[in-house]
Amino acid sequence: MDIKTLTFIVVGLSFALYIGIAIWARAGSTTDFYVAGGGVPPVANGMATAADWMSAASFISMAGLISILGYDGSVYLMGWTGGYVLLALCLAPYLRKFGKFTVPDFIGDRYYSQTARTVAVICAILVSFTYIAGQMRGVGVVFSRFLEVDITAGVLIGMALVYFYTLLGGMKGITYTQVAQYCVLAFAYTVPAVFITLQMTGHVLPQTGFGATLADGSGAYLLERLDGLSQQLGFAAYTEGTKSKIDVFAITMALMVGTAGLPHVIIRFFTVPKVRDARRSGGWALVFIAVVYTTAPAIGSITKVNILNTLNGEAQQGVEYENAPSWVNNWEQTGLIEWNDENGDGRMFYSNDERNEMRVDADIIVLASPEIAKLPNWVVALVAAGGVAAALSTSAGLLLVISSSVSHDLMKRTLMPDITDKQELIYARVAALVAVVIGAWFGINPPGFVAQVVAFAFGLAASSFFPAIIMGIFHKRMNSTGAIAGMVVGIVFTLAYIGYFRFINPAADSPENWLFGISPEGIGTVGMILNFIVANVVLKFTDDAPDEIQEMVESIRYPKGSGAATGH
Amino acid sequence: MAFESADHAKAYWKENLSLMLKLLSVWFLVSFGFGIILVDVLNHITFFGFKLGFWFAQQGAIYTFIVLIFVYISQMNKLDRKFKVDEE
Repeated sequence: MDIKTLTFIVVGLSFALYIGIAIWARAGSTTDFYVAGGGVPPVANGMATAADWMSAASFISMAGLISILGYDGSVYLMGWTGGYVLLALCLAPYLRKFGKFTVPDFIGDRYYSQTARTVAVICAILVSFTYIAGQMRGVGVVFSRFLEVDITAGVLIGMALVYFYTLLGGMKGITYTQVAQYCVLAFAYTVPAVFITLQMTGHVLPQTGFGATLADGSGAYLLERLDGLSQQLGFAAYTEGTKSKIDVFAITMALMVGTAGLPHVIIRFFTVPKVRDARRSGGWALVFIAVVYTTAPAIGSITKVNILNTLNGEAQQGVEYENAPSWVNNWEQTGLIEWNDENGDGRMFYSNDERNEMRVDADIIVLASPEIAKLPNWVVALVAAGGVAAALSTSAGLLLVISSSVSHDLMKRTLMPDITDKQELIYARVAALVAVVIGAWFGINPPGFVAQVVAFAFGLAASSFFPAIIMGIFHKRMNSTGAIAGMVVGIVFTLAYIGYFRFINPAADSPENWLFGISPEGIGTVGMILNFIVANVVLKFTDDAPDEIQEMVESIRYPKGSGAATGH
Repeated sequence: MAFESADHAKAYWKENLSLMLKLLSVWFLVSFGFGIILVDVLNHITFFGFKLGFWFAQQGAIYTFIVLIFVYISQMNKLDRKFKVDEE
């Protein structure tokens, strides 16, 4: 069977599975809708959190970025896993004990202020939309390559599906659908990785295989070969990278702290029955995430060797275009690979100097890796289903954050406190519909700067939510004036810095102009530090938080009597 | 207050914080320490075919993170039982 038919079958089967689960797990109340009735076991919750977390960006783009960046790509590996240590140790158990539905709920109640709540709602909505835009591009790429429908149709199919099961199942439906999606995406990610590692080094485990010797009988280590090839072709040595130390440090920190401050991740820890389960959920989530994240650098390095060898030939002299493998032609049609015969010799050549004739987009590395390694068609179809699962699971989680921010934090807690449970649920569903339409619009007309906007999301979360929540738990005297001042200064600084270098004056976006040599991607770290400083300085000149708030903070510090999550 | 006394509550919180800080120092050491600041020094050592610093940045730090969380879980459960604030 050809790739297209197989992909239709595999993706279609996975869709049927998700819809079946959504019907089985319908939501009956707001508690079901927002936090799955607080009754999800930790292992399932960990798996759902992992699926929620691993977006189309993780599945499709990350290994490709590592493949291009080499050592510098480690910022994503450490940044997007290390945040879970912060979450599990410093946030999750206490937020669970606090027992409300959303992050703005915590900020609003802990800092006894509607202003703080409103600031938090705006941040939550902004961060979530930023993310959805990125997911939709991922769906578009997968549909346009493997199903050969146009991107508009692909995005509409994807969004309709997500809306259907968010609307029907709420958090409960989403959680169990995400468990299934995790299985699909983890399987789809690791199977091709095992095959290509076997081919290249004879190892079964990708995690050890990319450090092993090549299976071609040369006895050379894979990474040494890759370092040599890279330098020969004008790239930086793969295991060394080019970013400055302070920048690598700042980006890693911003990603870790940003991860721990993202509303759609934090909300998962409200869905488990007990504080003890909140701690365990964090651990399981990281285990499931690590399956993919420790495989990614293996795919990155092995596929890089494969690409260099197939485009340039084993002797690195270029391969005639007429003899190009079929994956080159397939991906040329999507515009993600380009070849311009600069020197007119009819041969392709991929390098990082004046000899270069190719443009290879990072987004194809994972999706094309089975084709590059000449694996069977069913593996290619599996990878397509995995990519779609990753994009759908994350979009669903984000939709829920947007709809709960609007219906719960904005309508119920701020504008119309008198509405009933039933009315609130209607608002939630309408808000999800509006969000899905806006998300689809972004998917069909993707902003040209999706990658840059993602830096916004992490920077914003790192410089606003994280310090406010940490101080809310560990600094019981912190008052509302200090927290609000901190959040506003942190966010405005981070927004201004990213905005200046990415949108207003992109020409100046180079290390010599950056503050302390820190790129816009890492500036959230500085924003976070500013937030902490400003909040504490303001606290010095204002009154401590009132006694009843300090008592509430005391009570969230030990687990007994957490009860079910509640909105009141 | 579920604790027997205010001192009890203070002692629980103190042990909780000290455990957290110990684990966070390891978290910092393996990622920012071994993976970034000391990466060039460690890269002179070979570890199963990897340069050691590179290995920490792309593999080792992640494995350590998992261990840290599970150590935290088991230690905190013990602490909860010791101070009788565990759920059931």
